[in-house]
Amino acid sequence: MLDSKIPSGPLQDKWTNHKFNLKLVNPANKRKYTVLVVGTGLAGASAAASLSEMGYNVEVFCFQDSPRRAHSIAAQGGINAAKNYPNDGDSIKRLFYDTIKGGDFRSREANVYRLAEVSNNIIDQCVAQGVPFAREYSGYLENRSFGGAQVSRTFYARGQTGQQLLLGAYSALMKEVSRGSVKMHPRTEMLDLVVIDGVAKGIIVRDLVTGKLTSYAGDAVVLATGGYGNVFYLSTNAKGSNVTAIWRAHKKGAFLANPCYTQIHPTCIPIHGDYQSKLTLMSESLRNDGRVWVPKDKNDKRKPSEISEQERDYFLERKYPSFGNLVPRDIASRNAKEQCDAGKGVGLTGQAVYLDFADAIKRLGKSVIQERYSNLFDMYKKITDDNPYETPMMIYPAVHYTMGGLWVDYNLMSNLPGLFVIGEANFSDHGANRLGASALMQGLADGYFVLPYTIGDYLAKSAPVAKNMMEHSAFQEAWRHADEKIKYMLSIKGKRTVDDFHRELGKLLWDKCGMARNESGLKEALRRIPAIRDEFWQNVTIRGSEGELNQTLERAGRVADFLEFGELLVTDALHRRESCGGHFREEFQTPEGEALRDDENFTYVSAWEYTGVGKAPNLHKEELKFEEVHLSQRSYK
Amino acid sequence: MSKTINLTLKVWRQKCGDPKGLFETYKAKDVDTDMSFLEMLDVLNERLIKDGKDPISFDHDCREGICGACGAVVNGQAHGPLEGTTLCQLHMRNFNDGQTLVIEPWRAKGFPVLKDLIVDRSSFDRIIQAGGFISIKSGSAPDAHAIPVSKPDSDRAMDAAQCIGCGACVAACPNGSAMLFVGAKVSHFALLPQGRVEASQRVQLMVKQMDREGFGNCSNEYECEAACPKEISVANIARMNKEYRNSILSTDSK
Repeated sequence: MLDSKIPSGPLQDKWTNHKFNLKLVNPANKRKYTVLVVGTGLAGASAAASLSEMGYNVEVFCFQDSPRRAHSIAAQGGINAAKNYPNDGDSIKRLFYDTIKGGDFRSREANVYRLAEVSNNIIDQCVAQGVPFAREYSGYLENRSFGGAQVSRTFYARGQTGQQLLLGAYSALMKEVSRGSVKMHPRTEMLDLVVIDGVAKGIIVRDLVTGKLTSYAGDAVVLATGGYGNVFYLSTNAKGSNVTAIWRAHKKGAFLANPCYTQIHPTCIPIHGDYQSKLTLMSESLRNDGRVWVPKDKNDKRKPSEISEQERDYFLERKYPSFGNLVPRDIASRNAKEQCDAGKGVGLTGQAVYLDFADAIKRLGKSVIQERYSNLFDMYKKITDDNPYETPMMIYPAVHYTMGGLWVDYNLMSNLPGLFVIGEANFSDHGANRLGASALMQGLADGYFVLPYTIGDYLAKSAPVAKNMMEHSAFQEAWRHADEKIKYMLSIKGKRTVDDFHRELGKLLWDKCGMARNESGLKEALRRIPAIRDEFWQNVTIRGSEGELNQTLERAGRVADFLEFGELLVTDALHRRESCGGHFREEFQTPEGEALRDDENFTYVSAWEYTGVGKAPNLHKEELKFEEVHLSQRSYK
Repeated sequence: MSKTINLTLKVWRQKCGDPKGLFETYKAKDVDTDMSFLEMLDVLNERLIKDGKDPISFDHDCREGICGACGAVVNGQAHGPLEGTTLCQLHMRNFNDGQTLVIEPWRAKGFPVLKDLIVDRSSFDRIIQAGGFISIKSGSAPDAHAIPVSKPDSDRAMDAAQCIGCGACVAACPNGSAMLFVGAKVSHFALLPQGRVEASQRVQLMVKQMDREGFGNCSNEYECEAACPKEISVANIARMNKEYRNSILSTDSK
């Protein structure tokens, strides 16, 4: 049983009391400590900037050419906060409850309550940084609604909220770089975690321009390296998003929790062609004004304009009258799949449903719709060559976000002392399904307001890392291991490309461990993944050398990790014999086809311990205790 | 409906650390017109690898037109022929069967080539480090509603803040000027009450760093605005010049 170190006391006082009880590092001593931060998305950039402001030395690493390009930049719709500016009955408690319920009662109450509590500080911080959130003519901030909530609590900056929040965090980070207390290492990828006597003490990184491997020692390592959605090959993630940092930390002893909780986002542009390199998300905010429908008749190949109102099935509005088109993502996705599986899908492949704005345009006028969504409509038109002002969008679900990640306690520290994990890279807060506009909230909560406090308690209890730490054999060994792995991969000189293997793995996972999963499919995937992995290590071909900028080599290392991680993802999905949130096991559903949880047997976090490639991992459990909310079958009807 | 076209590609190839490069010619056959430009390069690269040749290196990440990583000059135009579009959002339906495409990296003194189509844009980060921020520490902010901001100002700040830092403005400018990039950031903050406090110092430091990085001056060609995938207006350059002039003339700046 894992100890999540949740503070005692009433839920609403836990964080306040905990902050008071945390040990502090004297201002003069802070500069003696070095924190290594990997990843510069919302969580990494905000944490690095905050730690530097407090007085710590910070070394920051990202694989992109600039920290500003981390994939948080692509988040479109918004960020939640319990400000209750619209006076519609929102509160910290309501945001807490919606998030717990949205996560299908598989997250930690104390973490989620803290998240809701600091949500308001995030908005204050971002506004002070100059984030140009949407405003009303009064000069005050505007809100909109998102899935899984009946209040308007989402703050946004057109369809580019992630970009504006990330640029805010990036500007804070750049401010600290110019002060000299943050050293920035762009185009640098983490290849290993160095653990000495069970404590995280450093990392091995590769300079992606020169190929040079370097060791860094630190008093704490913070992983803010995002999610693993690209294990499916096609996802809405950036091409570079990968599992490598957390997987290699996992191989060094960090537990990986709930990997089977993957979020399939309902509104993405459907797949088109074998060459497709990624999927594009259309923000959930579109479901505020767009109506989802399919033809009532199977295989109706007529144009949408030729299908009359009576011949349409607005299936979300029909099945979930109180939330309508704004049901949570997992429910919207599964319903779209159900309609397509029943032969009612539209478009060339039949793997799409309509998202129709005709009513909203009639009601509000084209200019209002333009103001709200013009960049999304433009993007849709560029990709599909269809004009959504005139004809309904076609959408289909796609892999978008991963709720699973490295296990962390209430302090955001993994089971390895000194290794902290924040943002999408950890497993906390969203349970089995994340609500829209909550990823930005969690990334910034962790980075600005949680980790900077909790890491101090850890550092205060440990002496600053010794100058000669890097001479320790653990550093030498990790460096040599990373070097050998690269050289070995280059020496294979086989026949198949890296992407070819990645596509094969991705398709297998999507088919057997995607929107719906069953025992026989999962078992088949478990048989086939090791075979793909074995072939990779015998037959992959990588051009060029290790001592140069080599993008194929970078991808090969990431795909090699996906080929190991994929097996754990499937193992977890097979183990969890219930349906919850994004994890839908076909064997476990209500008569109406909704996810059927098994609270008696599965109200726990599955945290897996690595035992070797292809070997069965050890399961550790963290019991989830619900003291504040009553576990219930989620209903959005 | 998609169709296929055949293209001739002349692509700039430059090895790591080699100051010189050259154009290599490739045939791209049966290119599906629904492909994005980068997917067309992906397919070519897969073929090159299978033929035992080095694939073309190019920066890219989100492929949604927002991260600012991708970019190349296509037939003399930064990000290619379509207005308001990054290279990743440019689809092959914008080209004709039989066309020859010349594909080059951004070319500017401030952006040295690292390999093939990849350039070093760290100069942009250093310009932001010089002053492209508001000096507020985490946890010390007042309530978000403490300072109302007029909607028109906020909207114009957002127009400027949309910059993705791709560098197309520099590549398109005959002088290799970064004034649209810097002007956009200066304007974003100058238009907001939160950003006014440091406005004078900010514009001076950022302009100084821009000059130090070897970017050229503005001679009103408007090529930057035409190439900008986010269609950021040259009015932001005018605003930067005004901010700069006022900061020099104001008494509190020495």
